[in-house]
Amino acid sequence: MSTAQVTGAGLDESTGSGTEPPAAAAIIDSKVGEVSQTQLMYRRFKQSKLAVVSLFILGLLYLSALLAPFLAPNDPVQVDQAYKYASPSSLTWSGGPAMCTVTQEIDPVNISTTYVKDCSNPIKLQFFGKGFEYKFLGLIPADRHLIVAPEGESKLLFFGADGNGRDIFARTIYGGRVSLTIGLLGVAIATVLGSIMGTWSGYAGGVTDNLIQRLIEVIMSIPTLPLWATMAAVLSPDMSVTKRYFLMTLILALVAWAGLARQVRGKVMGYAKSDYVSAAKSAGAKSPRIILTHLLPNSASHIVAVSMLAIPATIIAETTLSFLGIGMLEPAISWGVLLKDAQRIDVIQQYPWVLLPAVFVIIAVACFQLLGDGVRDAVDPYS
Amino acid sequence: MILYILRRLGYGVITLFLVSLLTFFIIELAPGSAVDSEIDRLRAMGSTVSTEQVEALEEQYGVNDPWIVKYGKWAGGLIQGDFGMSFAYRQPVSEVIWSRFGLSVALALCATIVAWGIAIPVGVYSATHRYTLGDNLISLIQFIGVAIPEFLLALVVLVAAVQFGGIDVGGLFSNEYRNAPWSLDKVLDMLAHLWMPLLVISVASTAWLTRVMRANLFDVLGQQYVQTARAKGVAERKVIWKHAVRNALHPLVMTLGATLSVIIGGEAVVSIIFNLPTTGQALLTSLIVKDTYVAATLLVMLAALLIIGNILSDLLLMWVDPRARI
Repeated sequence: MSTAQVTGAGLDESTGSGTEPPAAAAIIDSKVGEVSQTQLMYRRFKQSKLAVVSLFILGLLYLSALLAPFLAPNDPVQVDQAYKYASPSSLTWSGGPAMCTVTQEIDPVNISTTYVKDCSNPIKLQFFGKGFEYKFLGLIPADRHLIVAPEGESKLLFFGADGNGRDIFARTIYGGRVSLTIGLLGVAIATVLGSIMGTWSGYAGGVTDNLIQRLIEVIMSIPTLPLWATMAAVLSPDMSVTKRYFLMTLILALVAWAGLARQVRGKVMGYAKSDYVSAAKSAGAKSPRIILTHLLPNSASHIVAVSMLAIPATIIAETTLSFLGIGMLEPAISWGVLLKDAQRIDVIQQYPWVLLPAVFVIIAVACFQLLGDGVRDAVDPYS
Repeated sequence: MILYILRRLGYGVITLFLVSLLTFFIIELAPGSAVDSEIDRLRAMGSTVSTEQVEALEEQYGVNDPWIVKYGKWAGGLIQGDFGMSFAYRQPVSEVIWSRFGLSVALALCATIVAWGIAIPVGVYSATHRYTLGDNLISLIQFIGVAIPEFLLALVVLVAAVQFGGIDVGGLFSNEYRNAPWSLDKVLDMLAHLWMPLLVISVASTAWLTRVMRANLFDVLGQQYVQTARAKGVAERKVIWKHAVRNALHPLVMTLGATLSVIIGGEAVVSIIFNLPTTGQALLTSLIVKDTYVAATLLVMLAALLIIGNILSDLLLMWVDPRARI
């Protein structure tokens, strides 16, 4: 508690220059040098309120993806013609959350469906009510859901339904499972690949460096999105969802590593000329030791910051490719796949709720962007 | 200097060669191709098409050859200006490409100009009015601009235009001008169709460049020579525009290559939604139907555009910054 107060005071004194002073003020009552580098970074990170809020929101998004079956009132893949393009349920209050009844009416002349709402006799919603069966966390069989409409009544549709009468809210939180992880996993692979290639390139120098740099240059000379599209178009449209998911991850990584490797190389080259590396060399340290104990730990924070900032682009890439029909495909559920339904203007005009998954894309990307900025400022205050 | 440009161009050609090799390899990885389906179509027509014709096609495109042989045939033609045949469009690739490529280059160029034209003044305002209402508002718009995928923005703009403007903005021309000869009205009609996609394409890079500009200018404004200029009594406007902004522009020039990559990618997606006849649209179609020659040629041309953009950005940097000169 007292530490937090002192940190706050330090912040006022330094008037937001955002570097060392607050941390220095925070250790008045402790021994000098007791605060580790990690703690310093953590403190700097906490100062950036936007980044902390973003981290919290992202945490909620990932949690909702994890608990998707529990949170979803309806089965995301259940096709139901009785709810074709049904509008979002109107929520009311009747001694607890409730919703209006909706009945589908088919106009025999235009063969179009209309939904008639009746709020005089609202349906009370049930917490932890019974719904479709699923496995909780993939292990425990369960059929309870956070909030559902009673059995036999109209469906509870927070975001309405799509052209096949599937619940868009359920599909959106299920979609997070693919969309929120595919970019993260892709960047993780890219980070490993980029760090290895970047360190190798920067440390080895000479012909190796030149070859790796040419390779990076070739990858970076092709506009990113068209390159991703080219690779994704190679995937056969009838492969299984899991296989496609992993191949998409790989595709994202195979392009994204190049930029990371270039950054890592720059850092490593800077450190490789430093005195302590010369000292280690003259003390007889071999290359693996120099790389693993001196170069990599020093560039680690920089690598993390650069990787974080690469995540938004990969999430947008998955969404865009899926939207164009060459990323994830039905029956997979991802935000891009959901937005594919919103391709026709007349559909958006009549049923604007098909665009609701887009809100999640924007929130996730913005939060990763802000989080990345915060992490970069925390680990690399001088860049 | 001329030697430097020549060397850069030389490197560019080598890179382009490797790009063509890589992209051709990737495209050929997938089974089947538009050539095969064209041959199947001809075979199915049976009597009306001679077997020699089918065999000539097989021979010309080496249907059964390994990819490197096919690549050799295509690349050999490429150097001579013969891009091969598009089977999806049933015409030579060059006819499919040139008009589209022209529109793409024009859009990319205009989008870059729009992005810079907005980013610099807005970034300067943001940096000189840090943490005011205006700055916060600009920051908020920037974040949304960076976070919103281009295809979504394009969709929303398109729907809004139809809903509120009652205008059909898809395509390059209105119906009455589609087959009309060129006239002033036709050009105006085309511009009326182009400004919306252009804005959508430039949004992401504008937002990003504004952020870069704001951060740079803020750093520069804290430097001592700026303080000196102020102490000497130089007018604030002059301090900012003549002393500070000039030095804050370098990172912007340096990121021109990255900006161009984003703009080309965005142009590809946006033109699909706005139904504009650009390279992006053709690229996607040809990738899906495996029209190898069109796809590979387009990718090489987009890469060439990016490489030339990078060389120009380096030259521009040397022009604005004497320290970068050799």
